[in-house]
Amino acid sequence: MNIVVPIKQIPNLTDELEINGDGTGLDHDALQYVLNEFDEHAIEEAVLAKEAAGGTVTVIGVDTTGELDGALHTALAKGADKAARITGDFPRGTDSHTQAKLLANAIRSLSPDLVLTGVQAADDRDGQIGPMIAAHLGLPYVGVVTGVAVKDGKAIVHKEYAGGLMGEFEVSLPMVVGVQAAHQPPRYAPVSKVRQIAKTAKIDEIAGDEAAGAGSTVRRMFKPEAAGHAEMWEGGPEEVAEKIAALIKEKGLLKG
Amino acid sequence: MAVGLDKVRPDKVTEEKHLVVEGMDISGHWNRMFEQRVIWDYDVDNLEKVTNLPGGESLGWCYGCAKCTAVCPIDIVGDYSPRKIHRKTQIGVDLFTSSDLWLCTTCMNCLRVCPKEVNMIQIMPAVREQAVLTGAVPPELQKAFEDTAKHGNPLGQPQRKRADWAKAAGVPVPIMKDLKRAVDILWYVGSYPAYHPRGMDAARAAARIFNALGIDFGILGIEEKDDGDSQRLAGEKGLFEMLAEQNIAAFGKYEFNRMVVTGPHEFNAFKNEYPKYGADFKVAHYTRFLVEHLDKLRPMLKKPINLKVTFHDPCYLGRHNGEYEAPRELLRAIPGIELVEMGRCRENGYCCGGGGGGMWLDSFTKEHTTMRLSERRVREAAEYGAEVLAVCCPFEVSRFEDAAKSTGNDKLIVRDILELLDESMKE
Amino acid sequence: MSNDVLILAEHLKGKVSDISFEMTGKGRQLAVAFGGKAVAVMLGSGAAALAATLGADSVLYVDDPALAEFNPQAYGRVLAALINDRAPRLVMVGNTSMGMDLAAGLSVTAGLPLMAYVNGLAAEGGALAATSQIYGGKIQAEAVPDGEACVVSCLAGAFPADAGRVGAGLVPALEQIASPVPLADLQIKFVRMIEPQSGDVDITQQPILVSIGRGIGGQENIELAQELAEALGTAVSASRPVTDAGWLPKTRQVGKSGLTVKPKIYLAFGISGAPEHLEGMRGAETIIAVNTDPKAPIFDVAHYGATCDMLDLLPALTEKIKA
Repeated sequence: MNIVVPIKQIPNLTDELEINGDGTGLDHDALQYVLNEFDEHAIEEAVLAKEAAGGTVTVIGVDTTGELDGALHTALAKGADKAARITGDFPRGTDSHTQAKLLANAIRSLSPDLVLTGVQAADDRDGQIGPMIAAHLGLPYVGVVTGVAVKDGKAIVHKEYAGGLMGEFEVSLPMVVGVQAAHQPPRYAPVSKVRQIAKTAKIDEIAGDEAAGAGSTVRRMFKPEAAGHAEMWEGGPEEVAEKIAALIKEKGLLKG
Repeated sequence: MAVGLDKVRPDKVTEEKHLVVEGMDISGHWNRMFEQRVIWDYDVDNLEKVTNLPGGESLGWCYGCAKCTAVCPIDIVGDYSPRKIHRKTQIGVDLFTSSDLWLCTTCMNCLRVCPKEVNMIQIMPAVREQAVLTGAVPPELQKAFEDTAKHGNPLGQPQRKRADWAKAAGVPVPIMKDLKRAVDILWYVGSYPAYHPRGMDAARAAARIFNALGIDFGILGIEEKDDGDSQRLAGEKGLFEMLAEQNIAAFGKYEFNRMVVTGPHEFNAFKNEYPKYGADFKVAHYTRFLVEHLDKLRPMLKKPINLKVTFHDPCYLGRHNGEYEAPRELLRAIPGIELVEMGRCRENGYCCGGGGGGMWLDSFTKEHTTMRLSERRVREAAEYGAEVLAVCCPFEVSRFEDAAKSTGNDKLIVRDILELLDESMKE
Repeated sequence: MSNDVLILAEHLKGKVSDISFEMTGKGRQLAVAFGGKAVAVMLGSGAAALAATLGADSVLYVDDPALAEFNPQAYGRVLAALINDRAPRLVMVGNTSMGMDLAAGLSVTAGLPLMAYVNGLAAEGGALAATSQIYGGKIQAEAVPDGEACVVSCLAGAFPADAGRVGAGLVPALEQIASPVPLADLQIKFVRMIEPQSGDVDITQQPILVSIGRGIGGQENIELAQELAEALGTAVSASRPVTDAGWLPKTRQVGKSGLTVKPKIYLAFGISGAPEHLEGMRGAETIIAVNTDPKAPIFDVAHYGATCDMLDLLPALTEKIKA
């Protein structure tokens, strides 16, 4: 089975995000980029699927940071077999429509049976890349998926709705899946292994076509103003515990 | 399989009055002395798996004298020592998959007494690295690796908050990036002083002491990352190398005469390991550094601390790097302190359990021992009547405080020497 | 192109989702500004009664056995045909489990711009501006489509739902049609619904909840929260990272893909407050948040907050409750 995992790098959300000078985007240069956490789950699910049913896993991304190789080496250390990087004039923060089209063009020639990608990314302002790749390739798409099992040319996928309710679908391959969570937490790639791989791995380089564009223009980017803010309690755990306990008591919620 | 387990072969034991061997008449009894002896009684496969690894060779030198067993801190709370590991390989235990692999804290007391120089400080990381590569790692340790790789510290705290502790120091803590000039002392704060609430107490105390002494110092702030030495000893060599490269690059951006570190593990890393990766600077642990300034410091130590204090030698300051005096000199300089030594001190100091990855194997170790090493240690401190357990390793404060509580020795006060000095400097 | 607003209504297990009403209300407002009509679209099988609850100018109900349950491919095909046919000015889809399967694909197949994670929509002088909530709720981005027509996917809870319900004075014309496209050859087949594991406590029924997030650190600390919950006679709930890691069952998850809870007191410990989580708990009467990051978004919805270490707080609070 030929599994392809398109991935995307996004700003590290634990960093302080700053808006650029003209107020229409982030100050990308000041940010550290990391792999979209849903893509981490997609990689995990792909490796699990390969371990269960055999095949190869190819991880592919648009190099918007010049640092994509790190993410690709990590994916290889986790069990992916091949890695490819799409290059061109695609800066940090390149829109989803552009990335999806570039990825779709590259993936088409790989003739995948299964495309697994993160269901969404924190910077998907113009939409998620999974359904776009599916549309470009004319493949069926199911997203918000928490488990994929492949058997006899078909995939059984579990799609999450609210409240823990899940829909089970049977899909003939090839298909594209938007992974919400792998059925086990993403494994750790020992840096020792990543570094070994970095020395020997061959990453295919694909020259990207031109940018498709988001189809919309951001005219203002800003930090949300908090509608309200909590009344902050000072003090250490003892003092705070005291206040919480008092409030619980006041509401009559103490047991017994 | 084992070869030649039948050591005595009665069919070969015959008696002859005169025996001629190669033309010589030897009188006496024929016994197995005269035939080839079985020298390999046991299967060596498990041993060779270890000794074939670079760094693992010395386990093969063990001749079973058990000197290590007598001093191993784990054997006191469990059933474990290098000699026992060697023996277990003979009876079919594979160290690569055994829980024994994760118990060693690399405290080095075994190597101190070993006549054959069986070096667990090299053996453990070598074997553990193989386990790490295959993912066979206790989950809590794996999480520390992952947090270190992701956030630059094993506590999983955001990198951007690495200097936040300084805000409450009450004195200026210059950050090199803002300072834009050379300093005398680059202070490497370390992950636990930067993020752990009790570590922060020590870091803030250090900042106040440095300021009072008029030291020209700066810290790296968010450019500082964990030293990675304990992760290396726990088997994640690649992570250590990555951090070493990043830290060395950060150090290289600034000019300084000397580095001072808060922790013994960092001291060990920068003194003994980083030079292998191109680092070239002088480094001192804060205890030695402050002893150099004792003439100026002593008059500031005005407030007496009238307590019975005992000192726990950190393995990586004492045994690994030979520093036993500086911490004691600082303690003796504080008025009122009565310094008592515990039985296991100095070269034979007990281990807190935090080294070699033990810091991140607490649940695992607890499962395989009768009590935590830190719990054994606070009991010893209490047995000697100490009111204060003084430490100078950032791993130890929280370990010993937890242990004091869990063993019912709540009255035992655990303080970093920095905190005691800071306290004594208060008006 | 028409000036109509096409709204995809969602329904699950015989119930119209709130997002449908929220979008319908907002869509009607925008349609007035555009000078068009708000057309709610519902896809189903024998679900005309559900369609009739939508307070749009008109409701288009597409009935086909293949639409009995949500099927991304069937929904995608029907919507693409309707968009092609009617050329609406604006297509509104929920940024929900269903909508996220559709919006981005439609954007590509219909060649329309998509603005996602939308929590603000305005028609200024007839031109649309959409505000997207991105980067985990940390940033708002206001954008305009490059052409006139576009698709937006709206966040749940962004607009009032009541404005989109059928009320007095508004009786929408309900038009029922068969699927405009064949749905017999779908590669995606709905198999079954899997109900959440039963037998576990129902966190939606607790008057007080001890809810934990990433800040709990590791599985070994779950016990601390459980002890507090036990003392309070309630259960531990959690944000997504905790249930994803398998530290608590899925039935304990609060938020977008979990459950919506409205307890009297919601104790949020070590939860940063991603929009997906806030969606599931902002209706609680009193929210107390404890997080070491004073800038965590959870403090914007909480009534009381503290920045101490939750791992120290948990045992301290347990002790106080037991006393």
